[in-house]
Amino acid sequence: MTTMTTEPVLLVATRKGAWLFHGDAARRTWRADGPHFLGHIINHLTLDPRGGRTLLAAAKTGHLGPTIFRSTDLGKTWKEAAKPPAFAPAKNDLAARSVDHTFWLTPAHAGEPGVWYAGTSPQGLFRSEDGGETWAPFSCINDDPRYRKWFGTVQDGTPDGPKLHSILVDPRDPKHLYFAMSGGGVHESTDGGQSFAPLVEGMQVVQGFDPDEVSFHDPHCVRMCPTNADRLYQQNHCGIYRLDRPGKRWRRIGEAMPKDVGDIGFPMVVHPRDDQVAWVLPMDGSDVWPRVSPGGRPAVYITRDGGETWQRQDAGMPSEQAWWTVKRQAMGADRAEAVGLYFGTTSGELWLSRDEGAHWEVLARHLPEIYALEIAYPR
Amino acid sequence: MRVLIPSALHSYTGGAWVEAAGGTVGAVLDDLDRQFPGIRFRMVDEQGAIRRHMRIFWQREMVFDLSTPLDAAGELMIVQALSGG
Repeated sequence: MTTMTTEPVLLVATRKGAWLFHGDAARRTWRADGPHFLGHIINHLTLDPRGGRTLLAAAKTGHLGPTIFRSTDLGKTWKEAAKPPAFAPAKNDLAARSVDHTFWLTPAHAGEPGVWYAGTSPQGLFRSEDGGETWAPFSCINDDPRYRKWFGTVQDGTPDGPKLHSILVDPRDPKHLYFAMSGGGVHESTDGGQSFAPLVEGMQVVQGFDPDEVSFHDPHCVRMCPTNADRLYQQNHCGIYRLDRPGKRWRRIGEAMPKDVGDIGFPMVVHPRDDQVAWVLPMDGSDVWPRVSPGGRPAVYITRDGGETWQRQDAGMPSEQAWWTVKRQAMGADRAEAVGLYFGTTSGELWLSRDEGAHWEVLARHLPEIYALEIAYPR
Repeated sequence: MRVLIPSALHSYTGGAWVEAAGGTVGAVLDDLDRQFPGIRFRMVDEQGAIRRHMRIFWQREMVFDLSTPLDAAGELMIVQALSGG
């Protein structure tokens, strides 16, 4: 039996390759391992927590089609998946679709070793049952006419393509799944993915649009509390939300954010042990959506009471003229007693707090634009 | 026939020129995939379309259709468009 190390490894996926930063238990010293796949667009790099050795990387380059690379030795060697995610041939008069890139990778339930889920751009859901070696379309949604309508078109999506993301697996029940789409709302399955249904009540949409129309909903990131699978937090295009199951109505907890900062952003981070604690990193979502830190003054905001109140955490961050922001997959927490928080910026800096956001410092700079960051504990 | 492989795909082939067989462009790409697993999907999507930035030339003419017939005497050139950032 192997035991879990206390030494974190940061899995950094960027626009130009991937890096692994190996930390010590105190999170004081870090060893950079990379670049892996230099020049490839890596949208996500994830460690399988069930074995603690297998890494999956979602890759493409500007000129080549998308694929998945696997490593079973923590990145020493990589092997391409034999059958990466790809849509089925067109049927039922629906338009044919092609995967542009795999965006999100989620290991399935702890009791389903080797099973993974993938979310793609344009929106698609895929599953692997052999550790990421071969992938097949999963569930009915990819070619369900209702979902096709909710996916919208490329024109409705984010600047680099509409995405299926935030695939969540209930640790109590492998058949209880969630995913979210930008755009296209949050969806839930209780039958192992045979069917999904929208879960968007209470979520707001851009002014003038109808919130009853699922396709107008744009969740940016949804997280499940590790110690309370009934509590979900969401950063949305239109605010920050919380949902306590079995309730179905999201509550906009971002209303309590300072008005001059607002509650728009991309990442959402939950505490590993306390479901009352969560963090966001707000972004300027005014007029043309600059997608930068509000006022050029980046900050993390923490709630310690489930979203009733928020406090600014910016000690160590630049106090002016800092125009980076953080993408939806590029912020996370470790499992240490004093929780470490990490985020990677659009300007290629990796930031660290060893005290739950109270103080911040730069761990690495001059990386390419950071797309995703995972905090892993290899065995 | 000889097939020119773009640099972005040398990680599959190990070099610029390889030998492959087939009576159509699609058949040659299938043969390449047999020799170098995974290479075809990087060039052709799951609906059979040549990907946006890939260009294929036969006898110096650009080919848009995988069913284009070939004879063994020529050279197939696969290049990537110089675009993107």
